[in-house]
Amino acid sequence: MSSKRPEHQAPPEVYYGEDEARKYTQNTRIIEVQEKCTERALELLALPPDISAMLLDLGCGSGLSGEAITENGHYWVGMDISPSMLDVALEREVEGDMLLGDIGTGVPFRPGMFDGAISISAIQWLCYADSATHRPAKRLYKLFMTLFASLSRGSRAVFQFYPENDAQVEMVVSQAMRAGFTGGLVVDFPNSTKAKKIYLVLMTGGAAPLPSGLQEEGAAGSTQALYQRRERMKQMRGSRQPKKAWIMQKKERRRKQGRDVRPNSKYTGRRRPERF
Amino acid sequence: MKLMTHNMLTSKGMKNVKEGFPLKIQAEEMRNVDIDYDRDFITRMIPKLDWKALVFAAQCVGHKEDLPDTLPEGYENDNELLKRLHHVLLEVEVVSGCLECPETQRKFPISNGIPNMLLNEDEV
Repeated sequence: MSSKRPEHQAPPEVYYGEDEARKYTQNTRIIEVQEKCTERALELLALPPDISAMLLDLGCGSGLSGEAITENGHYWVGMDISPSMLDVALEREVEGDMLLGDIGTGVPFRPGMFDGAISISAIQWLCYADSATHRPAKRLYKLFMTLFASLSRGSRAVFQFYPENDAQVEMVVSQAMRAGFTGGLVVDFPNSTKAKKIYLVLMTGGAAPLPSGLQEEGAAGSTQALYQRRERMKQMRGSRQPKKAWIMQKKERRRKQGRDVRPNSKYTGRRRPERF
Repeated sequence: MKLMTHNMLTSKGMKNVKEGFPLKIQAEEMRNVDIDYDRDFITRMIPKLDWKALVFAAQCVGHKEDLPDTLPEGYENDNELLKRLHHVLLEVEVVSGCLECPETQRKFPISNGIPNMLLNEDEV
């Protein structure tokens, strides 16, 4: 079976034209996978119990994931770049409001609007440059930075995606960390080529322990908690002082989110003596 | 597009736009839908809303529906207001028309209820 990645064939708004959009959405295997992945993503969002949340669905496509969100009693707003996929979603009369847009240019919302965000098999598309002006890392960063601002304090974003290789995983994760998220990868069924699913679980609050990936009986678990790795690397490197400009920018970012931030003073970003 | 979504949406993706909020609505076709009333959800969303922008949007589409100009104290207990809010936020939809950025006057068309927020290369 020729398993050429869709991402190698065309940009998503071209690949998911009218025919492909319809075929995709009628494929029972795809419907089932999307539903399962959405359920798992909702679980990983760790929403407070018994509330209806306002969620953002990035790369909502034809609404398969959105329908699962609605089934679980939440409200959602979706974004997708393919008009054909959104047309199919309209035909299916999904409950969420949808926007036609490119998440690589950012998510255009006021700060703190969403209780969480999910994305099912979408962000691997951002790892490929579709035009001369696209720089994948920059687009990923724009997405994560604006998403961080759009999320309410303490909420999470969960991205189920299909990375082609380790370099892509590294790029996605590092841009997310740059944007201020903590978190890491959760891998379900790491030993099964067919069942293996990768979830990037991002948190806006302080670091919290990641759940372990699902596994078959007797298989070894494979959860990478990136914040743990970061701590170890910091210890190995010896803590290098962040530059003052970065500190000022981070404070400004957090102010924009509405957080309490200490006013700037002559002490901001000042080198602390050893053993501070 | 529901008015709830409009209350969250900005044109900030464009470079040189500071706030890009609220977007002006020029509605051509509107419709009403039926959504189950969820009192807890509405009560929880209210503090997140930009009330002035909501009233502005409701006026743009001719659905001000006795929404007060400012959010009254003790709104959690005003069932009448909550029901009206539910209607305005979730049941009133703009089917076609456009959204206009308050800073650049750039128009974002809405068709089939979906706003087209795609930016051109030179706007990013």
